[in-house]
Amino acid sequence: MSTQVLGLDGRLPTGQMRIEEMRMIGIVKRFPGVLANDHVDFDVRAGEIHALLGENGAGKTTLMRQLYGLYRPDAGKILINGVEQHFNSPQDAIRAGIGMIHQHFMLVPSLTVVENVALGLKSSRGVLLDLDRVEKRVRELSEQYGLKVDPKAYVWQLAVGEQQRVEILKALYRGAALLILDEPTAVLTPQEVEDLFRTLRQMARDGHALIFISHKLHEVLAISDRVTVLRDGRVVGSRPTKETNKVELAQMMVGRPVILQYERSPAQLGEVQLAIENLVVGGDRGQDAVRNVSLEVHAGEILGLAGVSGNGQRELAEALAGLRPVKSGRILLCGKDVTHEPPGARIALGQSYIPEERLRDGTIKEFSVADNLILEDHHKPPFSRQIFLNFNAIREVSKRLVNEYNVKTPSVDTPVKNLSGGNIQKLILARELSRRPKVLIASQPTRGVDIGATEYIHQRLLEQRQAGTAILLISEDLDEIRALSDRIAVMYEGEIVGIVDGPSATAEQLGLMMAGVREGGQHHLEKIRL
Amino acid sequence: MNDLFTIPVILGIIYSGLRLATPYLYASIGEAFVQNSGVYNLGVDGIMLMGAFSGFYVGMKTGNLWWGLLAAMGVGLLMGLLMAVVSVTLKAEQGISGIGLYMFGLGLSSLLFKKTMTGVESISGFQPVRIPLLGNIPYLGDVLFNHNLLVYGAFLLVPLASFILYKTPFGLMIRAVGQNPQAADTLGINVDRIRYITVSLGGMLAGIAGASLSISLINLFQENMTSGMGFIAIALVYFGSWRPWGIMGGALLFSFVNALQLWLQVLGVNFPYDFAVMLPYAMTILALAISVRRAAMPDALGKPFERGEF
Ligand SMILES: Nc1ncnc2c1ncn2[C@@H]1O[C@H](COP(=O)(O)OP(=O)(O)OP(=O)(O)O)[C@@H](O)[C@H]1O
Ligand SMILES: [Mg+2]
Repeated sequence: MSTQVLGLDGRLPTGQMRIEEMRMIGIVKRFPGVLANDHVDFDVRAGEIHALLGENGAGKTTLMRQLYGLYRPDAGKILINGVEQHFNSPQDAIRAGIGMIHQHFMLVPSLTVVENVALGLKSSRGVLLDLDRVEKRVRELSEQYGLKVDPKAYVWQLAVGEQQRVEILKALYRGAALLILDEPTAVLTPQEVEDLFRTLRQMARDGHALIFISHKLHEVLAISDRVTVLRDGRVVGSRPTKETNKVELAQMMVGRPVILQYERSPAQLGEVQLAIENLVVGGDRGQDAVRNVSLEVHAGEILGLAGVSGNGQRELAEALAGLRPVKSGRILLCGKDVTHEPPGARIALGQSYIPEERLRDGTIKEFSVADNLILEDHHKPPFSRQIFLNFNAIREVSKRLVNEYNVKTPSVDTPVKNLSGGNIQKLILARELSRRPKVLIASQPTRGVDIGATEYIHQRLLEQRQAGTAILLISEDLDEIRALSDRIAVMYEGEIVGIVDGPSATAEQLGLMMAGVREGGQHHLEKIRL
Repeated sequence: MNDLFTIPVILGIIYSGLRLATPYLYASIGEAFVQNSGVYNLGVDGIMLMGAFSGFYVGMKTGNLWWGLLAAMGVGLLMGLLMAVVSVTLKAEQGISGIGLYMFGLGLSSLLFKKTMTGVESISGFQPVRIPLLGNIPYLGDVLFNHNLLVYGAFLLVPLASFILYKTPFGLMIRAVGQNPQAADTLGINVDRIRYITVSLGGMLAGIAGASLSISLINLFQENMTSGMGFIAIALVYFGSWRPWGIMGGALLFSFVNALQLWLQVLGVNFPYDFAVMLPYAMTILALAISVRRAAMPDALGKPFERGEF
């Protein structure tokens, strides 16, 4: 069957010409103060999945944005099937058969799936939209590649996994023969990752060329045929996936051996610092996202909150931070009722918050690194003297934090929007932890962060626990939860399904609870609905 | 109070309400294109003034109102283009550049008026055209189908604009550029070009709005004759949640209240004059406060686009 699908005329099942080989040769790209790509060679062939691995800020996205026509290389060549290409805009790249799924989704939420697909394309009816025809084709493609999604739904109604399928459909609809996926799994649940991988394998079998970017070594090992590692803008090495392993790849990425197991002393439990009592919080669409949740976090412990994304964790974290109103119940911070207090009051009581949406909630992206570092304490010494800001102190402290937390930035005056995703996360962490909080709410602290930085962040969290901070760690990454938590609470459809001891919890046990099976419950899935 | 609700008075209110809605419709629909693409132009009132002046002046000098209308369109287009250069290419703060454009239009139209005319002169503007058959319907014919061409044009613009925004690939691009320019950019859409087109189009329609005052409704030119109508037009865009039909609803509501208020004065109803004049504006603010659907607001409104932000 596969010979028939591959065909002999060099076409894909979508009707598009195949890209037999794409080569990037000696690519150089500079940004003010940063050499993001330093003579990078990279290539991919039809039918192959080539993984691009590298720490935050290694230059992966930058390299791919040049292949997609968003940036122009300062030097170097891009060849497709041996012919040199000059892309001035994404339109040129799309025409050449290249598609890209961006690290941050590029969808218009207020438009439907079909409208997002049709956007920017010529209509077969001239000045009139031909959405019905687009819809038909979208249904065909989604059937063909197992990309389930309702073409008529508005994008804002879709879960993250579905939005990603829309992105892939968009690229396929435009006839992409080469597809770039920039950290496609960072926001997916394990089940969604499985579905994505099935689609990718099928695309490779059909003769697409695929570039897969990720930080997660086990994913790279599972899906790719070849791995290339970038570090500080340079290619460190390239390996057939079969001939390499986690330890080698981790070392290539970080440039030193990486600890994948942590040592932890038993928890020294102190008083309850954060108490949540029968909390009910509304969601974005009117329903109750958090239902009657009660939790206690003691000084000196890490309480892990596990759960599949969209089960109320985000709303709970926002309510704890004071960013979302509470419908009923109470929040006690260091013994004080803060249920209806604004964020400032909580910060003053010694709470720190690492938000999930770091670009939106955690930083002011036009502000400099230094300004972002002092956002919460700008009114206190040493950053201010009476009514004036003390710029020397601000710069000095910022430089120290940037060094200590290994934030990659040209200077402390660089606007945060120019930092790579992982480095923004480190920056927030530097700010929040340097305040020596009594209570720390950490929401997906290592999402999209490379292993070197993840290791670093985990060590810092354990250090804080040692220092007596009460930490609520909200994460969808089970490995992370299990490696760090003293106790693990599992959330499902807005409720706490159960709380188990951290060190002894198994992945299977947690997996069942995440699917809604109560602790000690039987084998059937219990539907929890009010 | 009794003589207010006689049939002739009610018909009169509707008739003047429709006429009064005309400039608002042109200006607001134009601004709706601008804002749906993620730019806001606060200079509408200034463009209207220049449109009113050039329409009147050229119409008077050439004796041909169509030349006047064309001049108003051209001047509006140029001012829109100027706004586009400043806000799209130079990425200036849009609120400030819009106010600058308003002051510029206000000042220049007054200056030109003083230099070219000796006093307030009037002109015979576009004449009513009775639509065959429909125009003969008793009562309704007089009220709805006996207007001049610019009034008809304003109401035809509503379905046309709605069609462009929601049924054409171009409209889809406009809305996408206003909601998420990064996404549009990655699909190869030229964000700046779309915004140039909408901002210029908005300027042209504001020019017509001005001309509709000076050569079709009031038929004279006076300094600052719009007295802030352009700002009401912007408010109506919010009121209508950025959709042409919603905007028309707002424009009609505002104009009918205004017409009612005028008739109150005409009939000498015992009602304090100042309150009567305030009525439509107070209504607008009230309606705005109740009705605005923030969710419908283009996400990128007011934000210049630069590639490479993520
Ligand atoms: N538009 C820009 N302006 C200035 N500097 C930039 C810009 N885009 C990226 N950089 C810098 O270039 C370097 C490479 O960034 P890039 O986004 O390619 O990293 P990455 O490997 O994709 O990292 P991550 O895994 O965090 O996404 C970083 O140091 C980043 O700060
Ligand atoms: Mg990246």
